[in-house]
Amino acid sequence: MRLSDRARTLPESGIRKFFELAEARDDVISLGVGEPDFSAPWTARTAAIDSLERGKTSYTANRGMAALRERIADHHERYDQSYDPESEVLVTTGASEAVDLAFRALVDPGDTVAVHEPTYISYGPGIELAGGEQLTVPTRAEDDFALTREALEAAGAGDADLLVLCYPNNPTGATMTDEQLAEVAAFCRDEDLRVVADEIYSALTYETDHNSIATQPGMRERTVVVNGFSKAYAMTGLRLGYALGPAEAIDAMNRIHQYTMLSAPTTPQYAAIEALDRCDDEVTEMVEEYDRRRRLVVSRFNEMGLDTFEPGGAFYAFPECGGDDEAFAEALLEAEGVAVVPGSVFGEGGEGHLRVSYATSMGELKEATDRIASFVEGR
Amino acid sequence: MDAEREVLDVLARNAREDIDDIAAQTGLDAAAVADAIDALEAKNVVHGYQAVVDWDRVDEGKIRAVVEINVELDRETGYEQVADRIAKFPAVDALHLVSGDYDFAVEVLGENMQDVSEFISEQVAPMPEVTQTVTHYIMETYKDGGIRFEDGDDDDRLSVSP
Repeated sequence: MRLSDRARTLPESGIRKFFELAEARDDVISLGVGEPDFSAPWTARTAAIDSLERGKTSYTANRGMAALRERIADHHERYDQSYDPESEVLVTTGASEAVDLAFRALVDPGDTVAVHEPTYISYGPGIELAGGEQLTVPTRAEDDFALTREALEAAGAGDADLLVLCYPNNPTGATMTDEQLAEVAAFCRDEDLRVVADEIYSALTYETDHNSIATQPGMRERTVVVNGFSKAYAMTGLRLGYALGPAEAIDAMNRIHQYTMLSAPTTPQYAAIEALDRCDDEVTEMVEEYDRRRRLVVSRFNEMGLDTFEPGGAFYAFPECGGDDEAFAEALLEAEGVAVVPGSVFGEGGEGHLRVSYATSMGELKEATDRIASFVEGR
Repeated sequence: MDAEREVLDVLARNAREDIDDIAAQTGLDAAAVADAIDALEAKNVVHGYQAVVDWDRVDEGKIRAVVEINVELDRETGYEQVADRIAKFPAVDALHLVSGDYDFAVEVLGENMQDVSEFISEQVAPMPEVTQTVTHYIMETYKDGGIRFEDGDDDDRLSVSP
């Protein structure tokens, strides 16, 4: 069958290769997993079950259930974000759909979209599918992988139409302070850049609270914030996300959404209401556990001589492996049966690093870091 | 949270954590962790360190029973005295004074059902203060000491994902 040029030329994810290598063995400890190792809070699951038992299996409103949109808006007050649930919130099938809708609603063919790298692998293909062109803005370990005005200027991002921002960041675990965001916000205002801010890891910050660029002066009206339930509530498989933004952007996204997805699935929307209403304690427990693992993993990498900066969020450490990260990851998998993801998969700036997920039990983390230490020693 | 509490939280989950790993997880230095452990032991907050064992997986494993015990006290004998006597039996794994329909809940560990029955009928029941015992043999343990008894091999996430 003839395929579209778009489908044919879409590059395969760099992660695929490591997935296949890891799957081929049955003794692998995987630190390559980008999702929580917890299950969704039990009451959220029972809310989903209850909704099914009551036969709540119809479509919901295109924008999502009103009750859920209200709770999402209330929830974001904690980040000093204020949105009208009627017109400025859209519930989507995972944060991934929200990102896709944002690109399709905000990008015209030929538009340039600046993306800081290393970052989540789906933005580039998403921009391409929307007809845009990606402009890479490398971030550096020396800056703790925070985006700077200097990096934006050096990459020529002033000529771009849109900026994608992902903090806390996958794969580096980097977060940005209010001051750092103020610098980026000033650049966006000066250069008239709109922003898609993927804040899916906002609940997973350690030591400091999450900051959103949308709260910077003059940024709310030019920013679409993306978030969801996958990471904070360990609901990855329930596929529920949302977007917050100016009414005209949300309306445009909803118009695409209504022709493609109609509405996000109903069952997880009930789970999400319960999650927002009553699962703060479970989130706190998960964050505390990630925090303990984060400290252990970072300290172990630094001890074995792989420099690792202190990640402030998400559940990834991003140690330097000194050299070819892909060769390192392959050899590590071959020799010790530990799967990590090479940093270069996540784009420029990731070279020479490894993404190590600590969303794995403490016992496995210890075993895996012992094996990595022995691998590093033997090199 | 103070240092002792942070260390206690880690130990309660896994008493085998070594000092360096506890230090890494809590952000304390190793000396502070060692001091906290010493203090917790000295204050009898931490009474000991034991393995949580799933005896069903051991050949010729042990049997566990929960025994309800009712007692009748007199002027010379209080709960403390009775508890002191019951706790001295090596077969008694745990002993609690409880509210409700009976006075003591005792966890007894024996080689087999007969072993436990003999212990209750020959050692506990004849105590002058004991008026009644009800023994519940534990048929299956799903969780003990905060630890779920399962294979631990149910991670069906993709081995590598974005």
